[in-house]
Amino acid sequence: MTLAGWGRFPVFPGTTEAPRNEAELCTIVADQVVIARGNGRAYGDSAIGSDKTISMRHFNHMLAFDANLGVLVAEAGVLLADVISTFLPRGWFPAVTPGTKFVTLGGMIAADVHGKNHHKEGSFGACVDWIDVITPGGTIERCSRQENAELFNWTIGGMGLTGIILRAALRLRPVQSAWIRQTLHPLHNLDAALDAFETTQDATYSVAWIDCLSQGESLGRSLLMLGEHATGAELTGDRARYPFETPRKRKLSVPFDCPARMLNSLSVRTFNGLYYWNGSRQRGETLVDWDSYFYPLDAILGWNRIYGRKGFIQFQCVLPLEQSKAGLTALLQATSAAKAGSFLAVLKRFGLQDSAFSFPMLGYTLALDFPVNQRTLSLMTQLDRITIEHGGRFYLAKDSRMPADTLHRSDPRATAFATHREASGLSGSFRSKQSERLCL
Amino acid sequence: MTNGAVLILGARSDIGLAIAHKFAKDGHPVQLALRDPAQLETAQKDLNLRYNVPVTLHAFDALAVDTHAAFIDELPKLPQIAVCAVGLMGDQIENEQDVTAAVTVMRSNYEGPASILALLANRFDQRGSGQIVGISSVAGLRGRATNYVYGSAKAGFTAFLSGLRNRMASRNVHVLTVLPGFVATRMTEGMDLPARLTAAPEEVAQAIARGLNKGRNVIYVRSIWRLIMTIIVLIPETIFKKLRI
Ligand SMILES: Cc1cc2nc3c(=O)[nH]c(=O)nc-3n(C[C@H](O)[C@H](O)[C@H](O)COP(=O)(O)OP(=O)(O)OC[C@H]3O[C@@H](n4cnc5c(N)ncnc54)[C@H](O)[C@@H]3O)c2cc1C
Ligand SMILES: NC(=O)c1ccc[n+]([C@@H]2O[C@H](COP(=O)([O-])OP(=O)(O)OC[C@H]3O[C@@H](n4cnc5c(N)ncnc54)[C@H](OP(=O)(O)O)[C@@H]3O)[C@@H](O)[C@H]2O)c1
Repeated sequence: MTLAGWGRFPVFPGTTEAPRNEAELCTIVADQVVIARGNGRAYGDSAIGSDKTISMRHFNHMLAFDANLGVLVAEAGVLLADVISTFLPRGWFPAVTPGTKFVTLGGMIAADVHGKNHHKEGSFGACVDWIDVITPGGTIERCSRQENAELFNWTIGGMGLTGIILRAALRLRPVQSAWIRQTLHPLHNLDAALDAFETTQDATYSVAWIDCLSQGESLGRSLLMLGEHATGAELTGDRARYPFETPRKRKLSVPFDCPARMLNSLSVRTFNGLYYWNGSRQRGETLVDWDSYFYPLDAILGWNRIYGRKGFIQFQCVLPLEQSKAGLTALLQATSAAKAGSFLAVLKRFGLQDSAFSFPMLGYTLALDFPVNQRTLSLMTQLDRITIEHGGRFYLAKDSRMPADTLHRSDPRATAFATHREASGLSGSFRSKQSERLCL
Repeated sequence: MTNGAVLILGARSDIGLAIAHKFAKDGHPVQLALRDPAQLETAQKDLNLRYNVPVTLHAFDALAVDTHAAFIDELPKLPQIAVCAVGLMGDQIENEQDVTAAVTVMRSNYEGPASILALLANRFDQRGSGQIVGISSVAGLRGRATNYVYGSAKAGFTAFLSGLRNRMASRNVHVLTVLPGFVATRMTEGMDLPARLTAAPEEVAQAIARGLNKGRNVIYVRSIWRLIMTIIVLIPETIFKKLRI
């Protein structure tokens, strides 16, 4: 048996242990060196234990819901997909969601994930009221902004390295429908894209796809996608009658390892199609169902196999606002020059963020997928350097290969976190392959 | 509520819980019966929150057969569907040496389940409707050296279900026999099972709901098992007794 993250690189021998109740879980934590694993959607080695990997799959119960405040109390192994299928029909949606619904609440807290609304509403931690964490020795500690604040602050974004999140209380957002009003803006280069992000700060959701093959004058040619939850009044016909019902979708699955070229040519064609279609006519609004809008890739089960047996890596960094234009230009130039097989990148504006170890900061984040090979690995090193030169840092939920020195140079908080872990006795209890590699 | 209540005996089992999710999702009230109801209090909250149906917990011991009639009387309502997921694999080597252990396996897989289902069948018969689901096993189709104590009890249970179905066929009470091959549950945790032959508990639950809808009599969950078992049953005894499978 082997363990890997979503990128299927790197791969380690080992299995998970799946305790079934609190007492079993606490005993394991008291006796062994562990790391929690949610649904394994982190790309690299974040959810692989240096010794033991604890699967949270049996801690998948929702415990209580306050329908006035929209506060859900649930165990950490509950999937976001289940939260949505349970509460969207009642008029509630996650306040912050990553680009896949197949993640656990624990995984979202540990990575302090961001969504397309970060510029306005912050990261996942912002909607968390309190957390129960199993700390060294196997004791359960309740923490929040008021109570045990140090544990709370390090746990959000702490990548499982402060303990095992057992349950949490989170606030959902009220919505009037399951539909998103989307507008698409084709932008001919990076300058235009950044300007568009800055002038659309009021939009609830915003994200852009960048065509990585474009060069020169059109470097950073992109498609900005804005979205708003549709209100009841904005719907007509059956959508107005049944605002929380959306068409059922067929699930496709990728049955075996197939070449990355397929996904890439498909996505590039989709990109170009949308780009020209939207450029050539009056830009209209379209209504998109929540699943297609937030989770387009989820419709293709097991799409990570598209990159073949060797797996793939994602590079994701964030650059501070003032350095974004120069940094992004350098990153895109290096990528397009390397012809390394990344055809689309995702660009997103972040808002203010003040947290102990979370990834986001005021500025722009760029994410790129690459097949694993020598060429892309050396490109990564180059991208690391460009990021650091422009004052940026890296997303650990996507990292699978960064050297410790790169992390610590990019982010002084890493050293502070390592020191805190040492001083609080955390490093003797919670260790992942990633924390070892990164000296956390 | 238009959907009838579903009673699940052995509700803490992974298969039993998956069945509870499936039926609750389809809008049925669920009655969860197990030895220690406290074990499912969290699951009760979860099911209730997710699917907005009544979920009740009931103490039930399959081996305490003289309590079975009272158990049925105390249910909030006579269920429309009763599913028995009770079972005990035991340890074959231990069962060969320790008669008490072997008898517990025999009673847990045959006597207990047959006893409670017999009583439920009579009540369903009186009412004039009901559906009974017995989870037996392919292990009951032919005794093998590796688990024949368990297998023999399942064989008894399978025969019981088939007879009950025969008796009730004209009485509007349907009996569905489920013969799962491998299922990834607590029972098989740690065993190295071939992925293609191993179902998830949710698949068993789906198959049962579908089987009931279509009025099926015997289902195997993964159809490959029907083929495998047909072949295994056909092997002549002179050859079979020398095999290690
Ligand atoms: C298609 C795709 C799109 C994505 N889009 C985004 C995005 O838009 N924004 C974004 O921020 N991220 C995104 N991600 C990354 C993903 O949201 C994070 O990696 C998330 O942490 C995965 O959750 P998981 O439950 O699968 O956790 P895992 O991958 O299993 O674990 C991730 C980390 O969380 C820790 N952890 C998990 N459960 C617990 C627990 N109970 N207690 C303590 N620690 C725990 C693990 O130790 C590990 O460090 C995306 C990933 C994919 C595959
Ligand atoms: N897993 C497989 O590969 C497989 C294959 C074929 C058939 N099956 C059958 O599927 C059914 C469900 O099993 P499973 O795989 O989900 O395993 P499981 O988790 O071990 O389930 C067995 C259940 O039976 C209950 N039980 C045992 N003795 C009992 C008694 N005296 N009174 C009340 N309940 C009792 C147990 O209750 P407690 O929770 O109180 O312990 C447990 O919940 C069983 O009948 C099993 O034989 C399983």
